[in-house]
Amino acid sequence: MIERTIAELAKAMELGEVSSVELTRDYLDRIKKFNGILNAYITVCEESALAQAKAADVARAKGQSNPLLGIPLAHKDIFCTEGVKTTCGSRMLDNFIAPYNATVIEKFNTAGAVTLGKTNMDEFAMGSSNETSFYGPVLNPWNTARVPGGSSGGSASALAAALCAGATGTDTGGSIRQPAAFCGITGFKPTYGRVSRWGMIAFASSLDQAGPLARSAEDAALMLNVMAGGDSKDSTSADVPVEDYTAGLGNSLDGLRIGIPRQHFAEGLSEGVETAIRAALTEFEKQGAILKEIDLPNNHLSVSAYYVVAPAEASANLSRFDGVRYGYRCDAPLDLEDMYKRSRSEGFGDEVKRRIMVGTYALSAGFYDAYYRKAQRIRRLIKNDFVKAFEEVDVVIGPTSPHTAFELGSKSDPVSMYLEDIYTIAVNLAGLPGISIPAGLSNNLPVGMHIVGPDFAESKVLNVAHQYQQGTDWHKQKSAIAAKEV
Amino acid sequence: MALDKTEVEKIAHLARLHISDAEADEVTSRITDILALIDQMQSVDTDAVEPLAHPLDMVQRLRRDEVTETNRRDELQRLAPESQDGLYLVPKVIE
Repeated sequence: MIERTIAELAKAMELGEVSSVELTRDYLDRIKKFNGILNAYITVCEESALAQAKAADVARAKGQSNPLLGIPLAHKDIFCTEGVKTTCGSRMLDNFIAPYNATVIEKFNTAGAVTLGKTNMDEFAMGSSNETSFYGPVLNPWNTARVPGGSSGGSASALAAALCAGATGTDTGGSIRQPAAFCGITGFKPTYGRVSRWGMIAFASSLDQAGPLARSAEDAALMLNVMAGGDSKDSTSADVPVEDYTAGLGNSLDGLRIGIPRQHFAEGLSEGVETAIRAALTEFEKQGAILKEIDLPNNHLSVSAYYVVAPAEASANLSRFDGVRYGYRCDAPLDLEDMYKRSRSEGFGDEVKRRIMVGTYALSAGFYDAYYRKAQRIRRLIKNDFVKAFEEVDVVIGPTSPHTAFELGSKSDPVSMYLEDIYTIAVNLAGLPGISIPAGLSNNLPVGMHIVGPDFAESKVLNVAHQYQQGTDWHKQKSAIAAKEV
Repeated sequence: MALDKTEVEKIAHLARLHISDAEADEVTSRITDILALIDQMQSVDTDAVEPLAHPLDMVQRLRRDEVTETNRRDELQRLAPESQDGLYLVPKVIE
């Protein structure tokens, strides 16, 4: 049961084959057994999860039925969950009990889903390996000497180890898609503004977006149906009506025009990943799609522009953490300035402090035009590249990451870590929807394939991913830990 | 663009961060590396390009000036390190 998709579990619960309480207990048992190794969860909500599961079973007995009813999920610890510790992977919020629910959480609660717990993440979502968390690194269930990717590493690891049926994450530069690729699962970042950011602790306001991590594109669609929607409490959310993202999943790919960016198959891409992706592309041809080489000429500037925009926005967003109203306050401050400086320096980890410094510099007098404004112009060029590409193709496909999961501690240089997101970052800068799905193995580690669509083309992206998953079974491969029983 | 330690100290102060003497060298060199990465942006001419602040080019939405929030001050102040009579307490500011 624990490895079934949400769609399968919903049917099984409808047929009375399993109850939400039984399913929730199974996951809680697995968490007890395996979380000590993986460190995927920061907080486990055993009591409230069982209460929610019981309520779901009661509701079902009364005739209620919807896809997420009674489904046990894990939520990235970046979403405020009322009454539950919400840390963002940081010492700064180690003592923070959220006083309200994020809109995403509220929506899953209304849908009757069960919250198993809050997952580990890179501190304040800044990282690509889940090694910067105050709560220690998360391990990859495929190979525990390796990273699960980041920043949604906890969610990805938990799902890949069958410690939940689905999970939520956030993606600012690749933080859902890259861990999904490293952990052999499906991870979807919707169009910017598709999902409300209310209650989602902000990193970079013009880039952040919440999304589902799931066992299949169909599951991602079911979760997105719950998560999506405009929200008056998030003025950056889009007023675009929410479709049923499962409706078009089965559409034929015959005649679909797929753009393959030259720049995503150039230097830096590992052989193993390239081989797997090129083999995966033949499945699309089998289904009648047409592959076409395209250019994204400004792609090489995306990492540079991102590492101005994101830290700049982060420096503004993280200025609220000052030890005054909530969160960490240092001991015995001498005066107000000492309180600010020591609370922040003791509360934040090194990577967060680095990025705040870079962002502050980029926004400071004399540098704003050369850095922040310049980066915004590059951002326009990058968006224009995609707009132009989408005149000729329907989706853009390539590798999610240049290689498979790397070893813990192997990337001590920040810049080499930043280059991990070379294929995913442009998608955040352009605000487009992008998904990573399992497309092969290289040295027994998962390879992720990246599918990008135009603004608000979630249905199309999910359809392409789903049809690939109908003709292949990479998404059904199990990690070493998922294969282990309690 | 390489940074020197005085500039790093100035940025740290703006960001209200404390960088110790022991950390200063490493922080300076790491940030210099990151600045080298972002300097790659200068390789392209963008004078004729409009900056993109929001991916959907959205404009700030406005709403009616009506009270819609409930006052939850006491509940929210329970999260504070120190508070009293509805005020947040901090070290003395005025000499």
